[in-house]
Parts: sequence; structure tokens; C-alpha cells
Amino acid sequence: MQQPQALRRVTDHTLGRHLVVGAVGVVVVVALMSFLGSFRVSQLASFSYLAIAAAGLTVLTGLNGQLSLGHGAFMAIGAYTAAVLQRSDSGLPVVVVLLGAVVVATLVGAVVGMAAARLHGPYLAGATLALAIAVPGLAIFWSDLLGGEQGLTVPLPEVPGWFADAVFFLTATDPSSSRYVAYLAGVALVLVLVLLANVSSSRVGRRWKAVRDDEVAAQLAGIDLGRARVLAFVVSAACAGLAGGLMAFVVRLTAPSGFTLTLSLTLVTAIVLGGLGSLAGALIGAALLTFLPQLATGLGGDLGLTDVQAAELAPLVYGVVMVLVILLAPGGLVGTVRMRQARRAALRAAAAAPAPQHDAPPSSERERSS
Amino acid sequence: MTAVHAEAQHDTGRALLGLEGVTVRFGGITALSEVSLDISEGRVLGVIGPNGAGKTTLFNVACGFQRPGEGRITWKGEQLSRLRPHDLAGLGISRTLQGLGLFERMTVLENVTVGADRHARAGFWSGLLALPGSTREETALRERSMAALAELGIAEHAPRYPGSLPYAIRKKVALARALVVEPELLLLDEPASGLSSDEMAELGELVRGLTDRMAVMLVEHHMDLVMSVCDDIAVLDFGRLIARGTPDEVREDEAVVAAYLGDAVSHADASSDPVAGS
Repeated sequence: MQQPQALRRVTDHTLGRHLVVGAVGVVVVVALMSFLGSFRVSQLASFSYLAIAAAGLTVLTGLNGQLSLGHGAFMAIGAYTAAVLQRSDSGLPVVVVLLGAVVVATLVGAVVGMAAARLHGPYLAGATLALAIAVPGLAIFWSDLLGGEQGLTVPLPEVPGWFADAVFFLTATDPSSSRYVAYLAGVALVLVLVLLANVSSSRVGRRWKAVRDDEVAAQLAGIDLGRARVLAFVVSAACAGLAGGLMAFVVRLTAPSGFTLTLSLTLVTAIVLGGLGSLAGALIGAALLTFLPQLATGLGGDLGLTDVQAAELAPLVYGVVMVLVILLAPGGLVGTVRMRQARRAALRAAAAAPAPQHDAPPSSERERSS
Repeated sequence: MTAVHAEAQHDTGRALLGLEGVTVRFGGITALSEVSLDISEGRVLGVIGPNGAGKTTLFNVACGFQRPGEGRITWKGEQLSRLRPHDLAGLGISRTLQGLGLFERMTVLENVTVGADRHARAGFWSGLLALPGSTREETALRERSMAALAELGIAEHAPRYPGSLPYAIRKKVALARALVVEPELLLLDEPASGLSSDEMAELGELVRGLTDRMAVMLVEHHMDLVMSVCDDIAVLDFGRLIARGTPDEVREDEAVVAAYLGDAVSHADASSDPVAGS
């Protein structure tokens, strides 16, 4: 376990540590995107945008304690922004289009966040749920601009020359547009994870956690509850906006049917499965939701089920996994592992410490305090 | 009422927090009625009174959780017109809570580091990009927090979660979180509740030791602690300030004896172990 001196010096710094992990992530993305078949690559692209949205949501819900059932709405806002920009024949680079999606989602997130900061628990859940239902409706209301029920098709972006050269150098093949989009999605995921990890371990993340755990004590420490909540909401909405923008390019169609309530609930499911507040958990959750249905269907086919039966297997497996996680790992997959580690550390500390003190307070006091 | 008028002579340092004619009504009930109180540098002020006398309301007014219907609050002579709870730390006031209010899903060290937030400057962008300044500041905050834990002798619990610790240690964590603010005024809400007599004696010594750095105002039921630790005592009864003076003056004040203290004092005199009665 002894790390080389230089590496340890780098990993002692937050940025250094996250950049090392991020660099490894980019290498993995490039390797996967370059050598996998086009079906797997498009699957990975879907996983990437889902994971970006889930990572943003887990910061909001897990670190700041605000439950949003409406993050699909911010994905819709990002997707429609990207679609409109991409169709405008302005020849904007994809990165600029994606930034546009982030900016618009951020602005809307700031407005919604200000309202959300005043709401608690079920009221916040209800309000964001209404948002998830209302926003796709706007596309039908402004059907001239947003294409109504049919939606907007999103033209594929041109592959930049330097990118094509680089991929040709690596794999000796010319990259398709969809592979370019998949690269973008994968790199964006790594970037988002590094930035969110930075924020979580910074002063800002600590303030978010304090607000989540005890409002009164957080205020006494000088934290403005409203500002902390709005900031968390904005960060989370920005992630969802980016995810939506990428989704527009990956799916190549932006329509109200892509942003049903199911999408919002899928995001919540992903972060609950993985473990609230954990970025790794958001990744695992998003991976389960992306790959599990196909795995189950494939497995069903191998077991000799008919196609229809195999297709029915996916929701079954999905439901069983959900029930099992909630029963066996209520803290989510990552949360449960962490809890087990913490318990083991506490046991070790207790074993090492001298005999416990005998002047414990009367139990009634203890109950009152909790 | 004589003790109230004698208060001016006891104050030596500069006045920090002042309440002037503060009245708070909840519907038809008057929780505080024209209470005027001030606390000066380096002093320990105890606020006592029977249950429901308005002690907690007084603290809540001082912390901005409760806006007074009438009256004004001053800090170092300047009026605080719109005091909000999150302004307190910046002014140099910190407070502990009766229910401790520890952040249960954060480690002991993180709990205290939240308290040290007053000393931090790093904004959102430097946190997002993990700029070197932000990382350096985090290290400094952690060191400051570890020092606060070490001062109370609980540094070894830094990586633990509050829920796994005994009540007395949790209480010290809450105190460390208030002390790391490095306040000029520390408000302690029932600091002795749930402590054994040894721990209470330790707390008394600790509070006296703080007076060269800060003023302390405490609400407390344990009369022996209040009497031994406080320079001044303010007595509330039914929302009114009925006495203010040194422990000896308050002990002999007739209004106080009648309202509240008589029982406890005679009990404390009669019994060799004053804690047992409380």
C-alpha cells in the first residue's frame, strides 16, 4: 500500500487527487469508445448522460437534503436548448451548443431553486413533480418553435478534423458522428464527476451537508440556508441541463415523450440504488439502469425464452434488484459499504481504547438530547 | 428590585450585547416584557428563572431566531436592526443548543470545521476548481478545528460520527464547534444538563478560563454551577427581569427568593450534595 513519494504529494491535494482519477477516467473513456462496437458505444453514451444527471441529483438530494422528483424537466430544458441551437444552422461548435444548454438550465434552476429553498420534504417533492409534468407540455404549447408532439430532430454534428485525425491515429478507422458524440458524453461525464467531487470536498459541500443535517446549527455557524440551498439546486440543474443537451445529440430527437415522469423517477432510482450523496453510487445506479435491462433480456434469450418473454424479464429483474437493495442495503450500494467500513473502524477504535467510563449520564437526559 | 439598579457598578469592560426594553408576545401570552440586559467583555452572565420564565425566548431574541415586538438589540453600541441567525458568527457571537444540534452524518472534525466557517473565504468557484488557495484554506481550517478539539481533550474522536459517542463527549463536540468560531460572546444554552458532577466542575473551570478571550452568557438550571461561575446573574420570572446582580446579591434578593431561588438555596444549604436536588 506504500505509495511513491511523488504520487502521495499529488494525491494529498484535492485537485491533484481528483485530476489523477479524472485522467484515468478519460483514458478509460477513450479506450472504451475507440474499441467497442457501435451498439455498445451508443449504450455507453446513454449511460454517460444519465450518470451526469444522476451525479447532479445526488449532490442535491444526498448532500443538501433536497428531494427533486423533477430533474427530467431540466434535462428537457437542456435538450430543447441544444436542439434549437443545433438546428439554427449557425454552425456553432457542439461544445458551445452544450454550454448553451447548461446556461439555460442553470438560469431556470436558479428561479426554481429560489422557490424550492422555501419548501420542505413532501412539498418540495410535489412542486418538482409538477415541474416534471409541466415542462414537456411547453413543447406542445410552443409547437412552432419546439416541434410539438413530434419533437425536433437533432442534426448530427460534424466531426472536427483534429478529432478524426486523433481517432484514426489510435484505431486506424474514421470516427462516425455518433462516436464523436459518445466521446463527448464520456469526457463530459468525467469532467462533471471531477468538478462535483471538488465541490463536495470543499467548503461549499461542507456547508450543504451542514444545512442538510441541522438547519438551526448551520445558521448559527453563519450559513445562509437559502443561499446554500439555491446554490445546490443551481449546480444540480446545470448538470441536468448538460445531460439533456448530450441526450439530444445521442438520441437525435428531442420530443416530449422522451421526458416523461419516468425519466425523473429513473434518476431518483439511480441515486437511491447507488447510495445517496455518493458520486460513485450515482455511477453505479446509472450503470444498473442502463445495462441491466439489456443484460436481463439477453439472459432470457439464452435461457430459451421467446423474445416477448425475454423482454418481460427486464422489468422483473429491475424490480427484484430494487427490492433487494432496499431490503439488504438501505443505504444504497455505496452507502452500505461505507457504513460497514465505519462500523468496523469504530469497533477497532473501541477495542484499542481503554475501558469505558462509568459516569454516563442518566438515560432520560440522553433521550431528551436526541 | 434593588439589584437591578446596582448593575452599572459591576460592569468593567466594554458593553458587547445589549437588549433594551425587549418585549415578545406569542398571541395573548407575553413571553418577555420590557427586558433590558447587557453583557460586557470578559464577564460571565447567568440567566436563571423558573420554567417558562422566558430564558429560551431571551436567547432566541439575542440570536435573531425571534424578532422582538418592541425594543432593540445592540452589539458594541450599534443597533442590530435586522438580526438574522446566520449573521451571528460574523459578528463574533456563537451559541450552543440545548439539543446539541450536531451534524449527525458528518464526522466530529467536520462538525467543528463547519463552526470554523467564519474564518474561511474560499468561494464557490475556487471550490469547484479546487484551486490551491481553497485547498490551503481547508488545511488551515482543519488544523484550527483539531486545535479546538484538542483544547477540550477530545481530539482522538475527530474521525468518529457523533452518534457513536457518549453524551458528555457529544456535548464537548458542540462546545468545540462554538469555540472554534473564536467569538467575543459565547451563549451557552443549558451547558450542564446531562453532565455528572465531576464533568460539571470541569465545565465550570473551562468557562472561567474563557473569560480572558470572550464574554459568556449562559442559561442554566444547576444553581451551584451558576453561583460559582457567574459574575452577574439575571433572574427572569414570567417574562420580567426581576433581579440583576452578583450571585450574593441575587441570593439575598427578596423578589428572587420569593419567585424561584428560595427553594433551591435552602436546599443547597441543607444538603451537602447540591446536585442531588436538581
